[in-house]
Amino acid sequence: MEAVTFENVKFIYREDDPAYAVNGVSLSIGEGQFVAVLGRNGSGKSTLAKLINALLTPTEGKVTVFGMDTADAKQTFEIRKSAGMVFQNPDNQTVASIVEDDVAFGPENIGVPREEIGKRIDFALDAVGMQAFRHSTPSRLSGGQKQRIAIAGVLAIMPKIMILDESTAMLDPKGRREVMDVIKKLNKDRGMTVILITHFMEEALEADRAIVMHRGEVVMDAAPEEVFSRSEELEAYNLTLPRAAYISKKLAEGGMPVKGAFNAEELAEEICASLQKI
Amino acid sequence: MLNDVTFGQYYPTKSFVHNMDPRAKIVFIIAYIVAIFLADNFFALAAVTLFLIVAVLFSRVPFGRVLRSVKMILFLIIFTAILNLFFYSSSEELHMIWEWKFISVSWEAIINMIFLAFRLFLLVMGTSILTLTTTPVALTDGIESLLTPLKWIRLPVHELALIMSIALRFIPTLMDETNRIVAAQKARGANFETGGLIKRAKAVVPILIPLLVSAFRRAEDLGDAMDARCYSGAKGRTKYKKLTFTWRDLIGLLLFAALIAGVVLLNTYLGGKFEIIGYFVK
Repeated sequence: MEAVTFENVKFIYREDDPAYAVNGVSLSIGEGQFVAVLGRNGSGKSTLAKLINALLTPTEGKVTVFGMDTADAKQTFEIRKSAGMVFQNPDNQTVASIVEDDVAFGPENIGVPREEIGKRIDFALDAVGMQAFRHSTPSRLSGGQKQRIAIAGVLAIMPKIMILDESTAMLDPKGRREVMDVIKKLNKDRGMTVILITHFMEEALEADRAIVMHRGEVVMDAAPEEVFSRSEELEAYNLTLPRAAYISKKLAEGGMPVKGAFNAEELAEEICASLQKI
Repeated sequence: MLNDVTFGQYYPTKSFVHNMDPRAKIVFIIAYIVAIFLADNFFALAAVTLFLIVAVLFSRVPFGRVLRSVKMILFLIIFTAILNLFFYSSSEELHMIWEWKFISVSWEAIINMIFLAFRLFLLVMGTSILTLTTTPVALTDGIESLLTPLKWIRLPVHELALIMSIALRFIPTLMDETNRIVAAQKARGANFETGGLIKRAKAVVPILIPLLVSAFRRAEDLGDAMDARCYSGAKGRTKYKKLTFTWRDLIGLLLFAALIAGVVLLNTYLGGKFEIIGYFVK
């Protein structure tokens, strides 16, 4: 079964808004996929994310999560149990002043028995590598650590889908790396379906599939390497290339025989190879 | 500036009192306040004071820390003590020392003043032992648990407790935010240090408004995050942390029962607080 499907979904925040925030999106995401959703500010990517776990319901069309319709209020609870979501600001998603209490919040809400909650906290904190901070205060942790706690809070509910709505946007490079490592591990080791909303192109490279949104529509949907090889199109949507890809493109334009590279290692190899040819 | 969990004045250490059930501690503090006001002669007052000293010793909080809590209301204590000294009146005849128009000082007034000041002093010290040895989170849990019977009259106990713990959790966040806003406004030339009272009060407005706006934005985010984590009120919810009543609490309970009984006995058998006057005045 598909994890998430969108059928010609339209969404508008207020009736008098001039344009749809999401305008006629149809797509499906298979279980275990790692999907990056790209787009500039206001492209509708965050709205797309909130449509998945029924924080928003479509104005037109239909969204399903494992076959459950998000418009059906009776299913909302089950949908949120299977599709967890981590938000942008790490400070605004913790409810308790001690890490373990915060991680316990989700399982408590879905009525997990007490002994089981303890096990789930262990599991979730292990998965994000924060077991040592179990009794700490979130407000004293770094941004990346706070965001890992937020991920643990979602993991403790044991969802099958993890949605990250620009969860790395407010972090420093180190924090971003920490969070990306955790997400990748969850996807690889546990087969978790990951939907990563981001405006960092480098992060999209780590996904299996990249979806580009522009003015509420899906304009590109392919493997990240393919998306980034269509640089003119990307420019039209106000998106840039990953740095390595940009450098290799410029080098190629300048006459150096390098093929498109997407990360620093590939780029270095390409440059070495082309230097040897001279 | 703010340390840890430890908003308020929590003193982190391990001790007998720290490990007690917060519910028990809240009940004890109420019992202690009752005992303070029951104590009606110097012996009973001494017993209550001794009890406090023992409690402080068992909490392993330095005496200085406990005394510091009194500093804040020292003015209040002195003020009420002075008022009581000069304006004490009673239906019974007083042993006057000094009189001038409607102001007077009597032996009874002096004793009354001593009792009043001492009771306030003990009251603040006692309650601060509670806040020094209990984290705000544990306090909130304790209050929630104690208020549970009120669910029968449809008081939203769980929601109130959640509001309290979220408020506590956001204090450091909003403190940071305030500092940031102050710095930002200063960078744009705002002046918070000089000027009269009204000018300074007005200067606070450009801090409060952005703070309020951001607090609302945070509240909205938090609401979404709670929804996303399946929050749907108290119904069908389990609780991870369970408060447990242990042998410590039982010992505490026995000690408090002994204290109250002792105070009542001392009151009954050793006379009222004014009897001591007989030794000074014939």
